[in-house]
Amino acid sequence: MKKNVRIVINGAEHRAEVEPRLLLVHFLREVAGLTGTHIGCETSLCGACTVLLDGMAVKSCTVLAVQADGRSITTIEGLAASENLHPIQEAFWEEHGLQCGYCTPGMILCAHDLLQQNASPSEQEIRDGIGGNLCRCTGYQHIVNAVKAASRKMNQRQRAAARAAD
Amino acid sequence: MAEYKWPAPAERTLIGKRISRVDGAVKVSGHAKYSYDYNPKGLLFGKVLRCPHAHARVTSIDTSAAEKMAGIKAVQIVQKPGTEVLWQGDDIVAVAAVDEPTAEDAIRAIQVKYEVLPHNVSDAEPPAGAGEGPAGPMTEDDLENALGNQVPDAQVISDLQKRGVTFQVTDDMTKELKGYGVSDAVINALKAAAYHPEAASQPRSPYQKMAAQTQGDPDKGFASAEVTSEGVYGAPVITHCCLETHGSAAEWPSSDHLLVHCSTQGVSGLPDQYAQALKIPAGNVRAHQDHIGGGFGSKFSPDRWGIATAQLSKSAGGKPVKYMLERDSELMTAGARPSAYARVKVAAKGDGTLVAWQSDSWGTGGPAGAGSPPLPYVFEIPNQRKQHTAVRTNQGPARAWRAPNHPQAAVITMCALDDLAHKLNMDPVEFFAKNLDMTGPRAPIYKEELPLAAELMGWKQKWHPRGDKSEGPIKRGVGLSMHTWGGRGHASNCLLSIHPDGSVDIKMGSQDLGTGTRTAILIVAADSLGIPMNAITLNIGDTMYPPDGGSGGSTTIGGVSSSTRRAALMALDQLFAKVAPALKAQPADLEARDGTVRVKSEPSRSLSWKQACAKLGAMPLSVTGKNPGPGNLINSGVGGVGMADVSVDTETGIVKVNKMVAVQDCGLVINLKTAESQCYGALIMGISYALYEEKVLDPVTGRMLNPNMEFYRLAGLRDIPELMVHMMTDPLNENRGVIGLGEPPVISPGAAISNAVANAIGVRVPFLPLTPDRVLAALEQQQKAGA
Amino acid sequence: MRAFEYTSPTTRQQAVELLAGSWDQSAVLAGGTDLLSLMKDDVVAPKRVVNIKDIRELHGVRFGPRGMQIGALTSLGELADHPLVRQHYPAFGDAVVEAASQQIRNMATLGGNICQRPRCWYFRSGFGLTPKTPEGKSLVEEGDNRYHAILGNDGAALFVSPSSIVPAMIAYGARIRIAGPKGAREVALEKFFVIPRTESEREHDLRPNEIVTDVFLPPPAAGRYAHYEVRQKESFDWPLVLAAVALQMNGNTVRSAKVVMGYVAPVPWVSEEAAQALVGKTVTEQTAQAAGEAAVSQAKPLSRNRYKVQLARVAVKRAILQAAQGKAEGGAA
Repeated sequence: MKKNVRIVINGAEHRAEVEPRLLLVHFLREVAGLTGTHIGCETSLCGACTVLLDGMAVKSCTVLAVQADGRSITTIEGLAASENLHPIQEAFWEEHGLQCGYCTPGMILCAHDLLQQNASPSEQEIRDGIGGNLCRCTGYQHIVNAVKAASRKMNQRQRAAARAAD
Repeated sequence: MAEYKWPAPAERTLIGKRISRVDGAVKVSGHAKYSYDYNPKGLLFGKVLRCPHAHARVTSIDTSAAEKMAGIKAVQIVQKPGTEVLWQGDDIVAVAAVDEPTAEDAIRAIQVKYEVLPHNVSDAEPPAGAGEGPAGPMTEDDLENALGNQVPDAQVISDLQKRGVTFQVTDDMTKELKGYGVSDAVINALKAAAYHPEAASQPRSPYQKMAAQTQGDPDKGFASAEVTSEGVYGAPVITHCCLETHGSAAEWPSSDHLLVHCSTQGVSGLPDQYAQALKIPAGNVRAHQDHIGGGFGSKFSPDRWGIATAQLSKSAGGKPVKYMLERDSELMTAGARPSAYARVKVAAKGDGTLVAWQSDSWGTGGPAGAGSPPLPYVFEIPNQRKQHTAVRTNQGPARAWRAPNHPQAAVITMCALDDLAHKLNMDPVEFFAKNLDMTGPRAPIYKEELPLAAELMGWKQKWHPRGDKSEGPIKRGVGLSMHTWGGRGHASNCLLSIHPDGSVDIKMGSQDLGTGTRTAILIVAADSLGIPMNAITLNIGDTMYPPDGGSGGSTTIGGVSSSTRRAALMALDQLFAKVAPALKAQPADLEARDGTVRVKSEPSRSLSWKQACAKLGAMPLSVTGKNPGPGNLINSGVGGVGMADVSVDTETGIVKVNKMVAVQDCGLVINLKTAESQCYGALIMGISYALYEEKVLDPVTGRMLNPNMEFYRLAGLRDIPELMVHMMTDPLNENRGVIGLGEPPVISPGAAISNAVANAIGVRVPFLPLTPDRVLAALEQQQKAGA
Repeated sequence: MRAFEYTSPTTRQQAVELLAGSWDQSAVLAGGTDLLSLMKDDVVAPKRVVNIKDIRELHGVRFGPRGMQIGALTSLGELADHPLVRQHYPAFGDAVVEAASQQIRNMATLGGNICQRPRCWYFRSGFGLTPKTPEGKSLVEEGDNRYHAILGNDGAALFVSPSSIVPAMIAYGARIRIAGPKGAREVALEKFFVIPRTESEREHDLRPNEIVTDVFLPPPAAGRYAHYEVRQKESFDWPLVLAAVALQMNGNTVRSAKVVMGYVAPVPWVSEEAAQALVGKTVTEQTAQAAGEAAVSQAKPLSRNRYKVQLARVAVKRAILQAAQGKAEGGAA
């Protein structure tokens, strides 16, 4: 018994008729064609499938597409507002916060959730905040550095924007 | 003709610097495509029915209900009735359907009956005498094992005469053995051996005792020693747990041409493997991979499921079929590191000089048993006696796991040596230093690395004799380990073209495992051609490009950097020949630097890169740089030191790592940023297998109990302490050329952490992972011994 | 995952009507973090899934003289960030923060946490709550029981109760409200959990057509509270053992105590022995140690989990010491 869903993904509306058992991660990857959201552990432990659901980081491998009906999703492809990279994305690149890159989209989106709540997290707060994301190859150190750098960048840009507005 | 060498330090513009990876933008933006992401229109989804038993015979398969289901496009029996299945999760039937849930429904509709057979999943210490005595006729595995482990001819011949064989000896087989250098005497004995076909199906002992190996005079050695230490050490079977599971997408553009997108560590090696299984010419197979989400040694083959995927696609009229393993299948079947344990006796003179080693080791790599780790590790102790027993078990087969056999060898050796240092009342750093001359050609580098690592760790301030005497339940300690690895560059072909418009492109069949191979190739090419990295287009990861070695054994960096360097130098030779007249110079007087081609002695006499390339005329120039090739650009053999600082809660047995140090050489570093990153990454993998990782198999059902990421634990962000990495980049090391680095730094952490725990709590926890139950048990033993 | 019918009622009345009288017919979906994993592994396969997230009245936190009323659909994330939770029920707050990673806290609900199924690896492999060998012996006793029960393990059920938040809630005296076809009923959270004797029973007192709708925490009494987990990893991990304690003090001596252990028994384990050991005593290393000993005095470890007895002893001791060292918490101190 299929259900109609309407899900706004990265600002664009997607309508589809789906089986209730279709997971959000499969909706994103196979229906919407956005494969930046990766499948890792399938049981909400590794965080590779993290997306923002109404701005909140969630693991899309344990959310049904029908649960996201009428809601808004941001995937890694939609994080940057323009052609440029988002400051968190820049920071992950510059600070070498990735190797194979498979965990990276999830790490970045979870870091986004963290930095929305806490613009200047301490090292421990970073480790706590993105502790739900596993990486097998970077050593994490560069990931922590990347989130710190992203926080600095975002704070600087916000200050610059505030000055410009004055 | 160019001289094939690396640029002098002063001339390097990119080599050895910290360069951000070139694939960073696509990876952080979600646009990087992994094999899992291949998603063409009309894609069918594969699923595999897997055997739930650890040991069983398939008796019947009924796929009729599945075949009738709507949305099912192909059904493929992978292992027919009659097949003996040796581990849980082995592939039985594969299906392809319009979507994944439908494929799952079909799997549930397939009826498979099994005759369940007795299983053994335990790799506990073999009972005394196991594997000895009349062993029954030799199987092909036994023979291979004997020949592969340098068992003396006389013994092999005697075994063949006495025991006979379970298999038919064919001409092809003897020809092949001859090709491997097996002696005529052995081959004649094999031909004459009695054939016992009935024995092939009889139950066999799970224990396979290898020939004992002796060096020097161990009895004399032990007799002459002043201090002897005995202990048991080891590490269990662990898995690779790649974040991107194994798998592929396959399609048939025409009836005899196959295209696969496969998550692989060796793109160029795939066609032959598919061709053999599918009976098509290897030249008709195209394999492609842009990015891979981890391999760690486990992704070199299309695997049974990959061949089935190709067969499903064929049955479905050539439509693309994708099958990626589920997480549980990945952990059950797609790779395990063999376990290794040993009872060790090791002895030294009173001044700490090592004199004798004895080890009785055992371990499992699944149904085929497992070879012995290289014992004693790093140190060539003059008198040795070693005996290894392979334990056959019904767990998934072993695969190479980052530095195969070395982490296990390090745990067994370095822990035994640390215990000996304790008995000698010596600081382990001094004890290891004392014996460094036994480490062979790497001795000079260890002599530099050991004090440096101690300095970075703050060893002098932190080390204390065994057992932290401070108040309270939390005890702190430090430990060390050393390791070695080869890492000589593999065969590589770099097809480099310079076009008359000044553009440059490179085509290589290599792959980037995330280690930064793309970046390294571009660094070498750009540094050599004197143009920016982004002026070069790099194409890798496809069998359309010249073949390149698989990324295993830390061989990629040496391979691709040297072939690229050679290609660039060859290309410059040709370019300079065309440009020289315009600059009124000899080709040998020219150099390519800062985006120009210029006269070395008079840099102002120059052409821009674009102007220079215009001299090529209508045709691009195209060269293939190879490895191996002229010049000494690469080398083999690295040494490294790892140190750990841990806290142990003696009331709960919880171990927390406070700091890790890795000091590592790898010859000439191409990209310091990615080189260091290999070490950082190796340290987390090391912490993970030291403290958490273990493939848990149920003794009753033979099933894996933790085929998931909740009870197959990986270290998370909060478990990772301060990590310090130091690369040995002095000229002496650089002059050796490029050597691989991916594996060596992962070898020492397990042993270093185990030694640090022993230093903290005053007692050895024999086996990894150092879980609370094991730590508490060791403390209890200690208490009993003290009481 | 097998196909199912998906429904999204907007009132609790509708929800209860959609739920069937047997477990294999229907299941309640809230955050989904546990249910969907169970369905993927084919451990449960309900024919109908009743999504209760659209029932607005089940969301949110209210605080008043009767204490705190928490709608069962309130996410762990909301609770972790809720100032009144941190202020009045700090040990509960600690447990919530440690219970899951950020992403899971954003989805998972308090009701779901209470009703989550055991993590027992035999259960999750489809062998049931009281798994048996072909010969009829206990699979857990014969097999690998390193994470299994050390208390309350006389019967067939040897798994451990999975919630790491419930023990703290019990220490605070939580009650829950349950809606069913015959209306609502309220039970003490402590009494909600039961040890199943056979495969046909569940680990809690919830019928297939009932839903947990609210959690009540009584007004914060002056007292000292703590929650202590022993986990192998510091990053998210299931605890090996945990303890939550509530101490009501009379000056420096303990007037009454509640000691609740998690991950030691098929139910959250309230240790009367440990409480008794504390009453009338001042809290010192020695009395806390004695309470820890008392807490495990009835423990009967299985073949591979003797270490958990030690962990439970230490968790109880440390929770007591942590509670005593902390400033007096709760409302009118």
